[in-house]
Amino acid sequence: MHPVLKLERRPQPSRTWSALAPVLAVLITMFAGGAMFAALGQDPVEAIRTIFWEPLFGEFARFDRPQLLVKAAPLTLIAIGLALGFRANIWNIGAEGQYIIGALTGAGVGLAFYPTESALIFPLMVVAGALGGWAWAMIPGLLKVRFGTNEILVSLMLVYVAEQLLAKMALGLLRNPEGRGFPGSRSLRDYPSAHNAELFAGTGIHWGVVAALIAVIFAYILLARHMLGFHIKLSGQAPRAARFAGVNPARLTLICLGISGALAGLAGMFEVAGPAGQINIDFNVGYGFTAIIVAFLGRLHPVGILLAALLMALTYIGGELAETNLGLPAAAIQMFQGMLLFFLLAVDLLTHFRLRWRRAEVA
Amino acid sequence: MTLTRILSAAALTLGLALPALAQDKTKVGFIYVGPIGDGGWTYEHDQGRLAVEEHFGDQVETVFQESVPEGNDAERAIMQMARRGADLIFTTSFGYMDSTINVAREFPDVKFEHATGYKTADNVSVYSARFYEGRAIQGHIAGKMTESNIIGYIASYPIPEVIRGINAAYIHAKKVNPDVEFKVIWAYTWFDPPKEADAATALIDQGADVILQHTDSTAPQAAAEKAGGVITFGQASDMAEYKPTPRVSSIIDNWAPYYIARTQAVIDGTWESTETWDGIAPGMVEIGEITDAVPADVKEEALAMKEAIASGDYHPFTGPLNRQDGSAWLAEGEVADDGTLLGMDFFVEGLTAEIPQ
Amino acid sequence: MDLSAIDPTLLLASLIVASTPILLAALGELVVERAGVLNLGVEGMMITGAICGFAIAVNTGSPVIGFVAAAFGGAILSLLFALLTQFALANQVASGLALTLFGLGLSALLGQGYQGIKPPPTRSLDIPVLSDIPVLGPILFSHDLMVYLALALVAAVWAMLKYTRAGLILRAVGENHDAAHALGYKVVRVRLLAILFGGACAGLGGAYLSLVRVPQWTEGMTAGSGWIALALVVFASWKAGRVLLGAWLFGGISVLQLNLQPTGIPIPVEYLSMSPYLITILVLVIMSGDKSRAPGSLGRTFHASQ
Repeated sequence: MHPVLKLERRPQPSRTWSALAPVLAVLITMFAGGAMFAALGQDPVEAIRTIFWEPLFGEFARFDRPQLLVKAAPLTLIAIGLALGFRANIWNIGAEGQYIIGALTGAGVGLAFYPTESALIFPLMVVAGALGGWAWAMIPGLLKVRFGTNEILVSLMLVYVAEQLLAKMALGLLRNPEGRGFPGSRSLRDYPSAHNAELFAGTGIHWGVVAALIAVIFAYILLARHMLGFHIKLSGQAPRAARFAGVNPARLTLICLGISGALAGLAGMFEVAGPAGQINIDFNVGYGFTAIIVAFLGRLHPVGILLAALLMALTYIGGELAETNLGLPAAAIQMFQGMLLFFLLAVDLLTHFRLRWRRAEVA
Repeated sequence: MTLTRILSAAALTLGLALPALAQDKTKVGFIYVGPIGDGGWTYEHDQGRLAVEEHFGDQVETVFQESVPEGNDAERAIMQMARRGADLIFTTSFGYMDSTINVAREFPDVKFEHATGYKTADNVSVYSARFYEGRAIQGHIAGKMTESNIIGYIASYPIPEVIRGINAAYIHAKKVNPDVEFKVIWAYTWFDPPKEADAATALIDQGADVILQHTDSTAPQAAAEKAGGVITFGQASDMAEYKPTPRVSSIIDNWAPYYIARTQAVIDGTWESTETWDGIAPGMVEIGEITDAVPADVKEEALAMKEAIASGDYHPFTGPLNRQDGSAWLAEGEVADDGTLLGMDFFVEGLTAEIPQ
Repeated sequence: MDLSAIDPTLLLASLIVASTPILLAALGELVVERAGVLNLGVEGMMITGAICGFAIAVNTGSPVIGFVAAAFGGAILSLLFALLTQFALANQVASGLALTLFGLGLSALLGQGYQGIKPPPTRSLDIPVLSDIPVLGPILFSHDLMVYLALALVAAVWAMLKYTRAGLILRAVGENHDAAHALGYKVVRVRLLAILFGGACAGLGGAYLSLVRVPQWTEGMTAGSGWIALALVVFASWKAGRVLLGAWLFGGISVLQLNLQPTGIPIPVEYLSMSPYLITILVLVIMSGDKSRAPGSLGRTFHASQ
């Protein structure tokens, strides 16, 4: 009869731990990651310093800091939408596809007007991007509502279909006629009316960052104050009760998938018209999948998502610096990110449970 | 710090401020599109980087970043290198073109070299290799060696570079074997080993006994080896592990001489913006060892063609040549101009495959 | 257009080879999901298996030892997932995705130095007499051991789920973990074993890519196979037999579309390339009359509170 470690559910999630847990996770990751870097023959302190400190307070931090926002913006936009669905048990895994289609429709509308200059073009592209993403998400939505097909599978399969469409557009319809036969559309950066230009010179901060912040606020209010937010939460926690409360599951499915698709489409549109600059075969880089992790790291809470996206962005940018400055392999950075996620997920345990030493019960 | 300052001040007063003393080592940066372990495109660029390190030793420091996505990530990566003191930066994928130009505008003192693009600036050069010269030699060997008269071609994307390669190979296969037929699979990927293996198997199943590839993995080589009785050519790197068969020769991208020359130019202060499109002659395109699986006379002819191309006596695109639709392209003895080759978007007469539009 | 160039016998034979990796991985994931756990880290476990199997096979010269090592590699990685989700009670979707990220990085690190090496050949069995049968011989009886092992595993999983007590417990745990716990079943232990099995299967699938189908090691070589395997499980409505059908369907269309290209079929390449995915969706819609659904506790966290 030795004492054993027991988990005991807290009556209420601990506020202290919900704030402390991420900090603890980052600290553990620093040690574990440092050990890995040391094993690779690197100076662990320098590596960790480069990843976490350099982008924020290093010599060139004034350039790196706004880049954190630029990198976090698409992640936040997509994750906000996904989180609404996830809360209602609606699993859109295919945001990557909706992101691609949003970029295609957004850029397509812009390029259709080339070379006309008008202040209306960019807003029109924004609408087109959102509609494109929304429409692509409606496919799994309608199939689920009408035929009961699984939205995880359909949305995931549609990512691959979207990638093929992207290649087709980059090589066909949208190919730059003056691009000497190379794939890729005209540069939207060289087309002022369609360019998602930076809002503050030298920072790279563009409308997508603003949209991400608006989405955070919008989602916060929706979940905290609005009937729809209540329905979403209720459907996730107690589907049966939701039905009694008058929630129409089909309608909710379409709304949640629609919002997440539209936000992912917006993210794609802002990205293609700004930072990426053109439609090309390799336009998508996995934001749609990373955003799923971001949504959960942020505990499906809008503010949490924003913080999680910024943390992910930090490891990306810090990781890049560690690669170039210290010669760390990209693979080590990827593993390091994986570790950070593991620990973040693991320590979350402390928010909901407390650890207790107990005498083992006699069986 | 003070010591360095005193020393450099002393050097200055003595008028000995040689470039090497006044500033540290020359820093050369590389931006790669894939992992350095891809065994093909990025691997060969990294070999070039290592050659630079070896050649210059302590004089030069190199930095690199691998698997950099095109677009904003590339721009940030290039900018970070420029900001952190790189003197010369090689950006090694077509998709980095606009990013390179944008960063170059902000860092007029840093030299940039963009691979396979066409936009230049005062501090931006472009460089690429005439891989089609190697394709011509492959085509010759393939046309001579095929018994089924079916040659399979795994193409990546329908872009000028790839179309040029197919044309060059076809023209020279057809020249020595009028019955030859090319079957083309567009894989729509540069690098996807399972898909490339499947594509090779599909072509072999349909009777191809020669596989040419314009994708970067060795998967087609392995598929050919498994099938037996099929020959292949290494792409981008030598793929020597599949010697002597199925791999009977290869086209190797050898960036080392160029990278060393450009680094030297920066050190000497003689760097100028240039447009380089080099082939076999200066060694940017190498033909890997032709193995004994190739009959001696064919090997001899292939090497003779290589010599002729290198010396400038022969151009792989020499008329008479018609376009696929039968319209005339090059008259007897006429040689294709670089402009047409760089933007090539048509097949030559005789090819039955189609370019996806 | 000349379809006669396609030899159906060879096509079916390549279909079986092309579908084996996703079949193995999907079968493992099927067991995991029947136990009520959603592990989205299949891609990460596959690629870890691919490099473990490759490295060990190269160093020992034995593909068999390589495959065993791959199963271990995949299982060890899945243990991380098990620790996170079963003991630290972390969210399964996020943990699985993190596992994929981790596995891709880990495999790239482990694989440094293994590029451009040929693995020892995995011989096909060419079963005497049977493999000489025209048509059927090349399709069914001239593959390597792993193909048959994968098929045997389909049968074993099917029988285990349907007829054995272990299968019953597994399903009970997956359907309603609270009820299973109340009945005295060790929910966490069952799930741990299922996760390890899933990891081992994914590892085998990955090694089949690196040792047989491609065969070589390159970073990121699974190129999305793990995701396809996940999709197959849903596609198969969590039934072992249908996983086999799904793998053949998917592998078959992937191979067929490549075979169709050189025949000059008047369908644009991009549409051929997206056909495996579109047809999967289409079949899913057609089969929607079938009301079999996901295990009741799928993806939900279990904690035995007193």
